[in-house]
Amino acid sequence: MRALTWHGKHDVRMETVPDPKIVNPRDAIIRITSTAICGSDLHLYDSYIPSMHRGDILGHEFMGEVVETGSGSNLKKGERVVVPFVIACGQCFFCGKQQFSACDNSNPADKTDLSEIAYGYAMSGLFGYSHMTGGYAGGQAEYVRVPYSDVGPLVIPDGLEDDKVLFLSDILPTGWMAAENCEIEPGDTVAVWGCGPVGLFAVQSAFLLEPTG
Amino acid sequence: MSSSPVERARQSDAPLTAAVAQRDVSKEAAEERGWHEAAVVGRTVTINRTRAELYAFWRDFRNLPRFMENVERVDVGDDRRSHWVISAPAGRTVEWDSVITEDEPDSVIAWESVEGADVRNAGRIEFRDAPPGRGTYVTATIVYDPPAGDIGKLIAKLFQKEPKIQARRELRRFKQLMETGEIPVAFKEDDSAVRGSFS
Ligand SMILES: [Zn+2]
Ligand SMILES: [Zn+2]
Repeated sequence: MRALTWHGKHDVRMETVPDPKIVNPRDAIIRITSTAICGSDLHLYDSYIPSMHRGDILGHEFMGEVVETGSGSNLKKGERVVVPFVIACGQCFFCGKQQFSACDNSNPADKTDLSEIAYGYAMSGLFGYSHMTGGYAGGQAEYVRVPYSDVGPLVIPDGLEDDKVLFLSDILPTGWMAAENCEIEPGDTVAVWGCGPVGLFAVQSAFLLEPTG
Repeated sequence: MSSSPVERARQSDAPLTAAVAQRDVSKEAAEERGWHEAAVVGRTVTINRTRAELYAFWRDFRNLPRFMENVERVDVGDDRRSHWVISAPAGRTVEWDSVITEDEPDSVIAWESVEGADVRNAGRIEFRDAPPGRGTYVTATIVYDPPAGDIGKLIAKLFQKEPKIQARRELRRFKQLMETGEIPVAFKEDDSAVRGSFS
């Protein structure tokens, strides 16, 4: 397949790489139909994030069509899904509290040393975002392997175009959470600094959260 | 066993490394067994499963290679004896027979190599209730006698490089397998062709 790979500071390349395969029972393979570039991808592009390897496939905001499933996945071939960038097992203590970004299990054991030493506790796995967060291949590619595919992916009903739902993968929930954390009350004035895509979603979310009382 | 330094460190729930700094746990563990030297590795993780489930899985030693990277296989003789085969570099193996020295259902399993082991070693795994709803505290302690000679060099490569990291990874894989039914990996071996060195 073709995929966007990282080779160093300001050096990313479109290359031909092996197609992903099902590795574990709960995996699924997605054929990418839409993907976005995140502000966080610029940190990789500018080489601010440690533990990137040459050839790593970028991209953590993507959606597509299910083309292959492991025996433990509940997705069906042909379904359209948006995939959140955090990989979550659904069965650890943190996933049980819906704190999916703190998942205890999604980062492979041999990848957790760095964050365990640097932060005192291992990070969860993320798509396309350095080996500190698992070294998982990202979705700026034709296909991607999605581990624990029975937990993260959101199945999209027919009739909703990609552009209407793609941002559920990262930046819409990011903006929403910023607004939610403000605990907006009647009479509040809300200001948003930095109106990039996340800021714009924070503005829209603030309107949605506007108290009616 | 209950008065051993390893045991005291475990009961205090202090990181074993701290205990090692206070007292020479390795030296005491060696003296206790009549070994000339010993290396001690200890580690605790919390696993979101019951003591009974975790004990039952571990008690069948044939399951251990599923999450222990270097253990090729464990053949179970009778209820107490097992034969361990460890893969070493250059296609070699390191082997020993172990006997279970302590077995408390749903709580503790300890084992120790018998005479003739390529590497003398002992292990102990303990399962304790975490607070309600938090699963089980699992504490593993491994003691081994670093051998001299060629085998010693192989073992050094396998265990001594970073034994603490090794223990951490193996308990993490045990947790992953018990909580999620599988062990996550980022990519398959045959994808590694596209991956170069650290940058
Ligand atoms: Zn993003
Ligand atoms: Zn989890």
